Amino acid sequence: MIRLERVTKMYKTSTRPALDRVSVSIDKGEFVFLIGPSGSGKSTFLRLLLREDVPTRGSIFVADLDVAKLPRRRVPRLRQRIGCVFQDFRLLPNKTVGANVAFALEVIGKSGPTIRKVVPEVLQLVGLEGKADRMPHELSGGEQQRVAIARAFVNRPLVLLADEPTGNLDPDISQDIMLLLERINRTGTTVLMATHDHSIVDSMRRRVVELDLGQVVRDESRGVYGVGR
Amino acid sequence: MRSDFVTREVLTGLRRNVTMTVAMVLTTAISLGLVGTGLLAVRTIDATESIYSDRLEVQVALTQDVSAADHDCTQPICTGLKATLENSPLVASVRFESQQQAYERFQELFAGQSIAEIARPQSLPATLRVKLADQNAGAEAVRQAMADQVGVRTVIDQRDVVGKLFDFLAGVRNVTFTLALVQAVAALLLISNTVQVSAYTRRAEVGVMRLVGATRWYTQLPFLIEAVVTGVVGAVLASIGLISAKFLFIDDLLAGIAQNGVIPPIGLLDVVQTSFYLLPIGALIAGITGYVTLRLYVKV
Repeated sequence: MIRLERVTKMYKTSTRPALDRVSVSIDKGEFVFLIGPSGSGKSTFLRLLLREDVPTRGSIFVADLDVAKLPRRRVPRLRQRIGCVFQDFRLLPNKTVGANVAFALEVIGKSGPTIRKVVPEVLQLVGLEGKADRMPHELSGGEQQRVAIARAFVNRPLVLLADEPTGNLDPDISQDIMLLLERINRTGTTVLMATHDHSIVDSMRRRVVELDLGQVVRDESRGVYGVGR
Repeated sequence: MRSDFVTREVLTGLRRNVTMTVAMVLTTAISLGLVGTGLLAVRTIDATESIYSDRLEVQVALTQDVSAADHDCTQPICTGLKATLENSPLVASVRFESQQQAYERFQELFAGQSIAEIARPQSLPATLRVKLADQNAGAEAVRQAMADQVGVRTVIDQRDVVGKLFDFLAGVRNVTFTLALVQAVAALLLISNTVQVSAYTRRAEVGVMRLVGATRWYTQLPFLIEAVVTGVVGAVLASIGLISAKFLFIDDLLAGIAQNGVIPPIGLLDVVQTSFYLLPIGALIAGITGYVTLRLYVKV
């Protein structure tokens, strides 16, 4: 589902590559943690998958699309296959919960009837049934992240990228969010989550890919965050 | 493409920057109004020129002795000059006017004035009156061909006489076009600025749109339509302005000279036609400015 082949990314402002000959392969339906200290290349990794940037060398495949060689006009097609969740939720503050989720479908041209059908479904999936008419600021952090997950998942993407999704949340709430991500993973969606959260990685015992100074230093199928880190 | 979505985004955008939108509309309107005025001036100049080019002649005045001796252009000097003129491809026709005919016309022109009584046929020259085939190069060619010829006293181009009127009209045109240009620059900058502000205030939406895989058309179209709507509204205001100006000032201003047939009047149809050009001009300029701004300054 996701394959990186000797991917190197150099930024003009730095002499050291942000990613250095990284090769990773993630199958359909896998749940993978991407860990490593700040500046290890996690964000660059995710940006390259989304084609926010192109690699200096190497190739990237996401859902059978050759990401680095994708022409600009086909980038939207790639992004429609990838859902994204961030630490800061990125909800639109002037739209209701329902409108936030619906917006993601409207802007890719889905029809009104489709939207009216799937938005309540996905809100129920993330446990927010009955809150479609609330504004984001009326919700707790955990609930806001659920809205963000609903928005990322409503178009049934093949891949869900989560960049520190629990970074702003209490441990209990974080646990709920992880359960939700697991549930989404069980529908067959590949989940790739960048995180600093030791306890979550340790308790989930899923595949762990660790980056350090832009290189893959560990890739374990049922890993923990690591001793002494 | 979902039109309800685009419509909603456009309306939100226009409402959100309402002061900016109003400034943009007004500047566009003034600039297009000036363009319209310029176009009307050009139209009037063209119409005036065509009125006069039919009537205006170049007069080749003959010397006193030739004028007195030859009453029907049958003697060698006059026939020679006439033949020279008629052989030029720039000349349409040549007509001889004798001293007597000139005198009669003079009496007619100045009837009732004391100068008519003083004039005698002998004091007026016989002339070869030349209608030009080529209005631009013809006069100068005649002047050169006739200069220093035996029997020619002077060459008078009637266009020199009405030249002042054309200079005035051309001046009006140049001033309005210059003002229109300056205003247009201001309008372009305002449109560009408004598109940038609009994109900035909606950066969260645009960010989400990019993320969920909206195509460039979806992300950019609302901004473009916003710009085009302002351009069109500006053009409509400019048209209304032009039509009101016709009835409020221009008609009064031109009433005297237009009635005498010195210049043709500006008809309602002319103004409406000109206004009709302003719409696509406004829409196109605003649209292109918006598009270029989005490409250059805004990551959407």
